[in-house]
Amino acid sequence: MGFTKRPTFRVERDSCRCIDCGVCVRQCANEVHYLDIDTKEVLCDSTNCSNCRRCVELCPTGALAVWGAPQETSGNAAWAVHDIRAIQAQANSGGILLTGMGSDRPMPGYFDRMMLNASQVTNPSIDPLREPMELRTFLGRKPTVLQLDDKGKPVDLPPQLELDVPIMFSAMSFGSISLNAIKSLAAAAESENTYYNTGEGGLHRDLYPFGKNTITQVASGRFGVNIDYLNAGAAIEIKIGQGAKPGIGGHLPGEKVGQGVSETRMIPLGSDAISPAPHHDIYSIEDLTQLIFSLKEATEYTKPISVKIAAVHNVAAIASGIARAGADIIAIDGYRGGTGATPLRIRDHVGIPIELALAAVDSRLRDEGIRQEVSIVVGGSMRHSADVIKAIALGADAVYIATAALISLGCHVCQKCYTGKCNWGIATQNPQLVKRLNPEIGARRAANLLRAWKHELKEMLGGMGINAVESLRGNRLMLRGVGMMDSELRILGIKAAGE
Amino acid sequence: MVTIDARGVYYMHLNKRIRQALKDGALEIILKNVNGQRYIADAIRGNFSFSIEGVPGNDLAAYMDGPHIVVKGNAQDAVANTMNGGTIIIHGDAGDTLGYAMRGGEVFVRGNVGYRVGIHMKEYQEQVPLIVIGGKTGDFLGEYMAGGIIVVLGLPDDMEPVGNYCGTGMHGGVMFIRGNVPDYKLGREVQKTTPTAKEQHYLTGIVSRYENYFGLEEKTVGGMSFTKLAPVGIRPYGNMYVKF
Repeated sequence: MGFTKRPTFRVERDSCRCIDCGVCVRQCANEVHYLDIDTKEVLCDSTNCSNCRRCVELCPTGALAVWGAPQETSGNAAWAVHDIRAIQAQANSGGILLTGMGSDRPMPGYFDRMMLNASQVTNPSIDPLREPMELRTFLGRKPTVLQLDDKGKPVDLPPQLELDVPIMFSAMSFGSISLNAIKSLAAAAESENTYYNTGEGGLHRDLYPFGKNTITQVASGRFGVNIDYLNAGAAIEIKIGQGAKPGIGGHLPGEKVGQGVSETRMIPLGSDAISPAPHHDIYSIEDLTQLIFSLKEATEYTKPISVKIAAVHNVAAIASGIARAGADIIAIDGYRGGTGATPLRIRDHVGIPIELALAAVDSRLRDEGIRQEVSIVVGGSMRHSADVIKAIALGADAVYIATAALISLGCHVCQKCYTGKCNWGIATQNPQLVKRLNPEIGARRAANLLRAWKHELKEMLGGMGINAVESLRGNRLMLRGVGMMDSELRILGIKAAGE
Repeated sequence: MVTIDARGVYYMHLNKRIRQALKDGALEIILKNVNGQRYIADAIRGNFSFSIEGVPGNDLAAYMDGPHIVVKGNAQDAVANTMNGGTIIIHGDAGDTLGYAMRGGEVFVRGNVGYRVGIHMKEYQEQVPLIVIGGKTGDFLGEYMAGGIIVVLGLPDDMEPVGNYCGTGMHGGVMFIRGNVPDYKLGREVQKTTPTAKEQHYLTGIVSRYENYFGLEEKTVGGMSFTKLAPVGIRPYGNMYVKF
């Protein structure tokens, strides 16, 4: 006995407004809209609607709306509709449930329960419109002792990334997103003097000119990794884990491995690109050291090496090991981190919140006296500038954003990235869809987002009476918790509001 | 030709000296008294040749693209890690994860190798990497293999040439194992056949190259029957997921 697929969303067409122009028919890769050849009327079948809202946004007469569909079963407090639907889908197929983007479950968020400080009377706030406000950030290992030569220049300074704003675009591979999406982010990173990350999908030849703003990634599959790739970027990131799928690897399905992706990953057309869960040469901190230094040797010690992990239970001890292994940057991805495709149960049930992980790592590295040896970058649902500034106050040197960056390019968070039918030209390799995203416009929008957040960061810093982001880093006195348990406050290292 | 005595030299300094010698125009480098120094010829590109006397450390020829290396001794782990091109001839045994994600070039090992050899090996267009092992291998040979060729000669004759979980997750490339491989040693993603006449001819060429490299008499490798291991499909996990 099977279950027929039913719509999750319902498209409503206001027949008074609809002029049967067919824009929606041409725009929907899910083939929800169609032209009735007999009546010349535009009609729709909501079954495959992903709620990406492309048709709604582009309808010239505002005739369309998308709603949650009335379900065939209403569910109850114990058995929610999505639980029932999941069982039906698995009973039909016997497969692992696949989903996209970060977890959408109503799990507790800590950023929303931390409030920032502001100066009143006793120490004046600073007006960033009139006074200099420093957001410049350097990522990389800092020397324990600074030695200067006779001209006063530092000697043997480890390589550093220099950012004008402590926000970078997180790893998204060519394959999971389109080349136009990556070009948009690369150009935005260049114009705002920050970095984007290639993910594990190699570096398309069109992106080599953006090398000085590129972080290239090395993951277990080693796709597209060769000498040119390692030397192309400003830093190299070893991907161990990802917040949306801690403990498991990634499979780029063969149908997404077209000509461009094949060339960039250096694998045959149409073959699965499998990145297994572990790096099969890393079973210990010592093995990690080996990979880190193989990359440092390969690039003659000119580039910082980052190690990216998912936030998991023992993250503090793991981060300490990574710092001691020789990494220059530790990137930690929280349990809300996004992805192009991930098993639903892993995404929603594995890992810990980034706020707690970050605080625990920062505290641990300070306690061990090695915090300066490594920079901390965090990601996993940085929704706005206040999340960024709270992360920095908890101890981050910089943050990674990905979902927010994609939203700036047009993503409407429909969570169907894994279908490859992204109507916004982002999570797709279909040339017809990809060309909908103009990389110049995309670059402008992503750069606008960074600039807007930059202004807001300066406003909030100034309000706290701080004129350099350095002075906020790990300054947890600027945070107070609301509605938290003692253990949560203790781990975050912050006081309760009112204390 | 440049000779470098590696005795007591820290790997970072040794590799710096090698790079400097290459920049200064050396085409051939002899490394004497090598004793575990890592990353020799790491990410070196060009038509150079290295002769290594002693035991090079882990990650020999990682990311390398082009050089010819002869190791007069054993090698340790992760030889030819993500190697893109070149040749490595090892006159002894080698350790684990030899040829991890190797995309091009050739490695010949006279003796045995450790675990996870040829894991993630790939091929791309004209780049088809080759690993030839004279002795036996540990478990997980060719795990997740996505391309390239592995040949195991299993010398001397009285031992089993491969360990368990051979070819687990394999989705490209081909392995030729001398003799038979019992089914229980194979991953589910592998199918066992016999080489075609053309492949048999290719293997004869490989065997004579092996014999030449290591100064063996021709026909040392008698009884030329090979088992061919190939992936069942290029999408081993294509049906594992349901879009939700």
